[in-house]
Amino acid sequence: MSTADAPLPAPVRAEILALAAQELRPRGASVAALRLVQARFGWVSTPHLHEVAALLGMSADDLDGIATYFNLLFRRPVGRHVVMLCDSVSCWIMGREPLCAHLCRTLGIKPGETTADNAITLLPTVCIGHCDHAPAMLVDSILHGDVDMATLDHLINRLRDTP
Amino acid sequence: MTHSAERPLTAMIDPAAGPPDCATYEHNGGWQATRQTIGQRPPAEVIDIVTRSRLRGRGGAGFGTGQKWSFVPKEPASGRRKYLIANADEMEPGTFKDRLLLEGNPLQLIEGMILAAYGVQAGHGIIFLRGEYHLACARLHHAIGEAREQGWLGENILGSGFSFDIHVHSSAGRYICGEETALLTALEGRRATPRSKPPFPQTGGLWGAPSVVNNVETLCNLPHIITNGPEWFAGLGLGEDGGTKIYGVSGRVMKPGAWELPIGTPLRQIIEEHAGGMRPGYRLRALLPGGASTAFLDATALDVAMDYGSVEKAGSRLGTGMAIILDDRTCPIGMIRNLEHFFAQESCGWCTPCRDGLPWVERLLDAIEDGTGQAEDMDQLGRHARMLGAPGRTFCAHAPGAMAPLASGLKLFAADFAAHIQHGRCPQQPGT
Ligand SMILES: Cc1cc2nc3c(=O)[nH]c(=O)nc-3n(C[C@H](O)[C@H](O)[C@H](O)COP(=O)(O)O)c2cc1C
Ligand code: SF4
Ligand code: FES
Repeated sequence: MSTADAPLPAPVRAEILALAAQELRPRGASVAALRLVQARFGWVSTPHLHEVAALLGMSADDLDGIATYFNLLFRRPVGRHVVMLCDSVSCWIMGREPLCAHLCRTLGIKPGETTADNAITLLPTVCIGHCDHAPAMLVDSILHGDVDMATLDHLINRLRDTP
Repeated sequence: MTHSAERPLTAMIDPAAGPPDCATYEHNGGWQATRQTIGQRPPAEVIDIVTRSRLRGRGGAGFGTGQKWSFVPKEPASGRRKYLIANADEMEPGTFKDRLLLEGNPLQLIEGMILAAYGVQAGHGIIFLRGEYHLACARLHHAIGEAREQGWLGENILGSGFSFDIHVHSSAGRYICGEETALLTALEGRRATPRSKPPFPQTGGLWGAPSVVNNVETLCNLPHIITNGPEWFAGLGLGEDGGTKIYGVSGRVMKPGAWELPIGTPLRQIIEEHAGGMRPGYRLRALLPGGASTAFLDATALDVAMDYGSVEKAGSRLGTGMAIILDDRTCPIGMIRNLEHFFAQESCGWCTPCRDGLPWVERLLDAIEDGTGQAEDMDQLGRHARMLGAPGRTFCAHAPGAMAPLASGLKLFAADFAAHIQHGRCPQQPGT
């Protein structure tokens, strides 16, 4: 796989131009383009941000203003898996605090950090619309509900073993 | 769709079977409304039917849907560019109703959007979907592809001359994107800050073009209103408002979940019958009736009918109709602190009272909950609740929404605040 400081592969550039062509103005595609780059590389590096900005006819600072505004766009590398534990009200009532403390202890990191083996990045998230199964979390793109210590341990072990 | 008429929105939702495909959807009554409408009746008649149905927007503010559409300039779709946008951002804490509709029956939303677009003669549809809804995203793409293949979307639908297509915009977080003008700013590829009104989106919205923004649940009602008529829909409600409503409950109840019920169903029935009442060992202390940005009601309000007017009379808002329960073993100040942390973090930062006021509120609550609060902090909290709260001195309704649980909590939990300050500690912890 190409790395975050190598130029964007030609098919990715073509796809971004196609996204821009669907919009009334190219900048309408900025979030979609950044998401595309992130889906491919895990995050949006500065060289990639500059390339996307040029493709959309925007200044890099303008595009960075958008990249840093949205919490699901990552401007720093993340681990192979992203674990997002909901910190909103229903999950808080149903005991997300002790779960978060347990997770931090097990992984040896704080929210916002990545484990030393680069397996897991832990991020807080606002309500993920699974409040009837609080406490809830999102692991990569999979929703988990009614999370307790045991399911948490099981999940973490599995993530550590999967590439 | 006469089938299961009392719960039209969820009749076709079966989590075990997955969403219906086009053929099943049609077999169960889907697409009838589109056939009866597109090219069959004048667009103004659609607006009139929806107005008479007494459907009010299900996104939180409760504006009359037909009335909202009536402000859109009347040119035909082939003329000026116009947009119909489904607000599927759903980031209000405690709210999970739109996800149910998006995952359970995406074709229903698509048909609702076709009907709304026909009514206001919009040629472009956008579903503004929150980034975390991965399953909904996949299912929407699949359903749109299928609908397009079968001629329900695209050029010249049913040979009527009306053309309409839908594009999914996957967002990338931030609660403020759900505010309709911030949503438009986000779609234009800018930082999602709200815009001043006027111009209202209906006349000057996305890229300056007339745009209608409607909540997912609002739009999902439309096929049923058209098929069964406005009187039928108006009659589904128990009070003034028309239709059913997806109500939900989270917190320490026996069966947290979401149910489609007649709008105006009393809170007590939702909590005791559908959510199964409180878990053993817990008592209901208070609740937020319609998501994080609504005011607390206490247990004496259980007989309030969950419609727009009645909840307002009781001192809160129907909001999204998704109740969050505070039990007697969870600290109310801890709960308010959690809510204000959310609002402070999610402020877009565009206007000073909200950008600076909410973190201040959060710090004061932190101190009180951690046992270092002072008596004067209460005045400071009260002042914020007044200055940032409704009627709204800030640029958008985010700050007033943030103040609703605080202002009501200051009154309802005055003794708890005093005990924290006096004893220098929190007597309760969550998750016990
Ligand atoms: C801070 C804020 C967040 C909002 N988030 C949402 C949302 O996620 N979904 C939604 O439908 N409406 C949301 N709204 C309400 C919208 O601004 C708008 O009123 C609604 O989408 C209109 O649709 P309706 O008329 O069908 O209810 C939000 C409002 C505010 C002030
Ligand atoms: S009230 Fe808050 S969220 Fe709304 S515009 Fe002002 S700073 Fe932004
Ligand atoms: S509050 Fe955690 S999923 Fe809604």
